[in-house]
Amino acid sequence: MNNFQYSRASEVADALRLLDADPGAKLIAGGTNLIDLMKENVERPSRLIDISRLPLRDIEETADGGLRIGALVPNSDLAYHPLIEQRYPLLASAILAGASAQLRNMASVGGNLMQRTRCAYFYDTTTPCNKRSPGMGCSALDGLNRNHAILGTSTSCIATNPSDMSVALAALGALVHIAGRTGKRTIALTDFHRLPDDKPHLDTNLGSGEIITAIELPPQRFARNYRYLKIRDRLSYAFALVSVAAAVELEGNAISEARLALGGVAHKPWRTPEAEAALRGQAATPDHFGRAADLLLQGATARSHNGFKIELARRAVVRALIQATSTTPQSQARKKIA
Amino acid sequence: MNAYVGTPTSRVDGRAKVTGAAKYAGEFSAEGLVHGFVVEATIPRGRIVRLDTSEALKVAGVLDVLTHANRPSLADKDEAWKDEVAPEGSPFRPLYDDLIKFNGQPIALVVAEEWETAKFAATLVRIDYEQDGFATDLEAGRGSAREMDKPHKPRGDAKAALAAATLRHEADYLVPTEHHNPMELYATTTVWEGDGKLTVYDKTQGVQNVQKFLCGVFDKKPEEIRVLSPYVGGAFGSGLRPQYQVVLATLAALALKRSVRVVLTRRQMYGLGYRPMTIEHVALGAGPDGTLDAVSHEAIAVTSRYEDFSRNDTGWAEQLYKSPNSHSSHKLIDLDVSTPCDMRAPGAASGVCALECAMDELAVALKLDPVELRLKCYSDRDQSEGLPYTSKQLRECYARGAEAFGWARRNPAPRSMRDGKELVGWGMATGVWEALQMPVAVRIVLTANGHAEVSCAASDIGTGTYTIVAQVAADALGLPIENISVRLADSTLPQAPVEGGSWMAASSAHAVLGAAEDIRQELARLAKAIPGSPLANDAADVLLIDGMIASEGKNGAAVSIADVMRHSKLERIEKEKLNQFAEDKSHARNTHSAVFAEVKVDEELGVIRVTRVVSAVAAGRILNTKTGRSQIMGSVVWGIGMALHEETVMDHRFGRIMNANIAEYHIPVNADIHDIDVIFVDEPDSRINRMGIKGLGEIGIVGVPAAIANAVYHATGKRIRRFPITLDKLLD
Repeated sequence: MNNFQYSRASEVADALRLLDADPGAKLIAGGTNLIDLMKENVERPSRLIDISRLPLRDIEETADGGLRIGALVPNSDLAYHPLIEQRYPLLASAILAGASAQLRNMASVGGNLMQRTRCAYFYDTTTPCNKRSPGMGCSALDGLNRNHAILGTSTSCIATNPSDMSVALAALGALVHIAGRTGKRTIALTDFHRLPDDKPHLDTNLGSGEIITAIELPPQRFARNYRYLKIRDRLSYAFALVSVAAAVELEGNAISEARLALGGVAHKPWRTPEAEAALRGQAATPDHFGRAADLLLQGATARSHNGFKIELARRAVVRALIQATSTTPQSQARKKIA
Repeated sequence: MNAYVGTPTSRVDGRAKVTGAAKYAGEFSAEGLVHGFVVEATIPRGRIVRLDTSEALKVAGVLDVLTHANRPSLADKDEAWKDEVAPEGSPFRPLYDDLIKFNGQPIALVVAEEWETAKFAATLVRIDYEQDGFATDLEAGRGSAREMDKPHKPRGDAKAALAAATLRHEADYLVPTEHHNPMELYATTTVWEGDGKLTVYDKTQGVQNVQKFLCGVFDKKPEEIRVLSPYVGGAFGSGLRPQYQVVLATLAALALKRSVRVVLTRRQMYGLGYRPMTIEHVALGAGPDGTLDAVSHEAIAVTSRYEDFSRNDTGWAEQLYKSPNSHSSHKLIDLDVSTPCDMRAPGAASGVCALECAMDELAVALKLDPVELRLKCYSDRDQSEGLPYTSKQLRECYARGAEAFGWARRNPAPRSMRDGKELVGWGMATGVWEALQMPVAVRIVLTANGHAEVSCAASDIGTGTYTIVAQVAADALGLPIENISVRLADSTLPQAPVEGGSWMAASSAHAVLGAAEDIRQELARLAKAIPGSPLANDAADVLLIDGMIASEGKNGAAVSIADVMRHSKLERIEKEKLNQFAEDKSHARNTHSAVFAEVKVDEELGVIRVTRVVSAVAAGRILNTKTGRSQIMGSVVWGIGMALHEETVMDHRFGRIMNANIAEYHIPVNADIHDIDVIFVDEPDSRINRMGIKGLGEIGIVGVPAAIANAVYHATGKRIRRFPITLDKLLD
């Protein structure tokens, strides 16, 4: 770990000013990922700007009936918040599928969006990695890539985004509120994370002088027919090989609205309009689910070790939709897929 | 008197451990203590051409950077570097010269006032290498395997018998490299006592082994170095040999004449020993009735280029099962990696895993129940040596385990049992390990207040040695266990070998028994010599019971130990005794187990859950049914990890381990563990030793991975021979 300066911000404007003053500075909230990366010398910030005391810890209803979640709300507080449990159980489930109770207690919502890939080459400073050191090359392309991306990859990077929470947020159509030097802006969560293309060192579209202030959820939907299904190499405490956030609205046995997002398969939560459109107006049958899965996975490509993920993702989508439409009882505490 | 032996006595060190009073090697402090941080090589083979420490030395608080170029003197003969369990070869010497032998090799030690300072300065050490060609891939190197000399006794002509067998099963099973990952990081605190004298707190399974090793490496007299390791947070074999951090901490202490602590990082621990990746080739030939005609087992394992590490992967089939023809061989491939080392049930965990999977495959081919096949090949004699066993209740293990598991209800057809979306599979396997005993001495000091201190250099690596020593001593001295204090793991205490091989329970218990017997005799002599004592002139022998010296004679006379010592004007009676085991080569000595496992596999997604394991163990007398049960449960958990999770993954382009952390190196977590039922089968054994003890350290893991793999086959119809069985291997 390198030496660094430490500043504490008390207002958002304060944090923005500190960011501007030091191009090597990084924001820190829960620090559950950043501190790890600093210990491994992957991140070497000149300064940490502690934003954990900024007044961004509220969860409040918006005028249109949605929810605005402060960027510093701990993951665990969010998952167990009564309004989230009642109105957005898909999000609660996704959060509880990730990390451990200890990490969820520390990790903030904004920090969760900023967590970096778990690619082993990114973490190991002795191996080439374009994400860590642009232009060095990607070791995963022809290396150990069993847990790497199958969608939206480039010849520069096949890393995945490790977040569970973001997958549910993508499915639910969340917005990200951002503050910057020149003012505030709001972007869709699905536009927040980037695909790697030739700039894999950029995980997100957050500007270098910007800060996430809140996540906004649109008015309540999908509280009845939903499923966050996470498939991993052990039954807890592992990142997803594939995860699925599935949510539908049913009229009788017909699907009137559908949301479908994949985690663990791309540099960002993976959601396509085609897959969801293919479900709308259709009967809730495994055949239709399979067709939606195929559309969602269109263009999937495998490297040497991750080919299984394509079929696994397809099967997981079908299972998640079956469970969502049939309101199969589910619990992330009970590690049975059912 | 057995007030404690055989009972579920709680750990005598439990309170110290859970309250933090128990101190581990990296927790001891000393005046002026400084901290060392290791700089590792990042290439697998080559030479250091430049090692620039100037930037690191500029950091405030950095005291020195030790390298091969500026270090104090180290022994230059291999003999000095060979510890009591070193394999053949030339042991690794940290900071010895400019040669790089494996990725992760220590090449410098930054010493600073604070650990964080040392860690930061370590990133400023600049190294230029001249890299040589290297190889780290076992499977790619299979052709270059060379035969090890093993005391195997081939029977008949296995090759011909296999060719002629009615039914033959032959396959490769691959067990990957696995690392121990004990919770406690490897650490040493070397305290500079002045005048070149050192007290070394080290994480080790053998303080006297480390003490002798350090004396050799640093050319010290025995009285100049004392090694202690009072508590060990797991080691599982990784601490049998002295690890490099003890050399580095001691080197730095001698260089700086200060106390130095070195704690390895989790990543650095992947540069120590490991269970070697092994290709286990097993061939079985059988007649139509299920009797074995031939067994053949060839193991091909990785070792380093500087030492030949190998254990007995093979030979178990020849010993266990009746077969007129047998053959086994063990081959090694030299790669540019660190030397493997013992890891719980070394050899057997891997070799028996392959054997028992192969037996299951043979049972399927023969359309025989897997238990029935094993009973058909059952032998009451060690087939290799042609000897009877001191005891062998494996048949009872099969029966009791099968009954507890409900094995009779198994439908033999694969994919025939279901629970909703999950396929249910039931599998079983046999486990076998050795029952060894080693020379151990114990000193007992009985004081007039009725307390006894029992001391021995043996380590307690978390297995419960403190507790069983206290139990045996309390029973032998007729004292309440609260009156017994146990001191272990100090090199100045009576002799003990490294704690390993499942030999410490039997070895230490009999040393305690011997010393206690001497004390009993001394007390008897004293009691009878006191004029007017109730025991005076009593010809009968005495027992020690409830703090009393009691006559075995009819009058039931007794006198308290305290009174006798007071009358004899003795504050203390001290006896030291080396255990004595009768030389007996007429019998084989083994522990056995039968493991039954239930898995539930999601048919479409391949997700595996091990929902039930029954392990029925025959291991002689169980000294402590609570710690013993914990031993077996822990082993079963590890076996589940071996079956489903554990794998050290190396990128052979870099010769570098890519999952050197416990986030990506998976072991089971709570969610992966369900019901584990441990059954201790009665196995009286009056021949093996006086108390009938065999040891439990390794037997619990042997067979577990095979039972699970066999259950996965029964559930899915898919035979996975490359471990671990991850879900991708079940998707197709």
